[in-house]
Amino acid sequence: MTTHDHEHGHDDHDHHDHDHPHAPRKDHDAGPAGAYEVLEEAVRSLLIEKGVLTAQEIAASVDLMDSRSPALGAKVVARAWTDPVFKKLLLKDTRAALMQVGIDIGAAPEFSTVENTADVHNVIVCTLCSCYPKMLLGIPPAWYKSLAYRSRTITDPRGVLVEFGVTVPRDVEVRVHDSTADLRYIVLPMRPKGTRGWSEDRLAAIVTRDCMIGTALPQVPA
Amino acid sequence: MVKARSRWPDGGEAAGRFAPGDRVRVAAREALGHCRTPWYLRGKTGVIASIHGTFRDPERLAYHQPGLPAQVLYKVRFRQREVWDRYDGPAGDQLEADIFEYWLEPA
Repeated sequence: MTTHDHEHGHDDHDHHDHDHPHAPRKDHDAGPAGAYEVLEEAVRSLLIEKGVLTAQEIAASVDLMDSRSPALGAKVVARAWTDPVFKKLLLKDTRAALMQVGIDIGAAPEFSTVENTADVHNVIVCTLCSCYPKMLLGIPPAWYKSLAYRSRTITDPRGVLVEFGVTVPRDVEVRVHDSTADLRYIVLPMRPKGTRGWSEDRLAAIVTRDCMIGTALPQVPA
Repeated sequence: MVKARSRWPDGGEAAGRFAPGDRVRVAAREALGHCRTPWYLRGKTGVIASIHGTFRDPERLAYHQPGLPAQVLYKVRFRQREVWDRYDGPAGDQLEADIFEYWLEPA
């Protein structure tokens, strides 16, 4: 990619009226490559050159990550809301439960599901870096990785939740989970009132990504 | 002693030094290099919530070592007011983190 830019000198001229067609450039190609981009490309090239990895393996890994999205997690939550046996397994052994619904987390770190109840509201953070249940929710939102979210969620979780629109009553415990080691956490939200008799698909549609991080509650459309 | 099952390939088995409900203190020592024990919990007292099993040691894995013997990992639960002097939420608010056994001492 860098080679392409250099050959055409895109970084040197800011003209958009050139007459040769090419694919739209990605946003991060708009400016000169940063130090980390150069480093990543150098390391990637070396790994391929030395036969540690193949370009196909890297592409397959990118595809795998792209195939994961919050819709997967929502499906799991909806199943847990409608199937008590599945819910029990999900809370006890998340990996096994996910396997049961055809989601293989493979070599990813262990998963753990924490349940919101009338007495406890859970919220997930990773203060050391940005550990996130990617194999179930896909790529994390930018704010999850921000210093502000990571530091304030442990010191003032209620204040952070209010900013997300969630006010937790003072008689409900707020329980923060700092993903400091080999486990990735997902919140099982409470099934909201007014959803009796709903199908799994309809239930899954109200489970957003943030519900599974703990920064939102499922909303029933009026 | 509580037997911890291995949840990581080649992790092996180990007997846990602590059991759920035990009060523990996170060591207040410093660590050079990669470490998964956050600063803000060092020296703080909590309770073992559960035993996750044995995992390869991240402080060795980070430096191209196999990370063996595998170490027992616990979920430790802390009172927010114990962690932060000025925490102004209700007394029942808690925080959980995953801490390796060699960072824990009986409290």
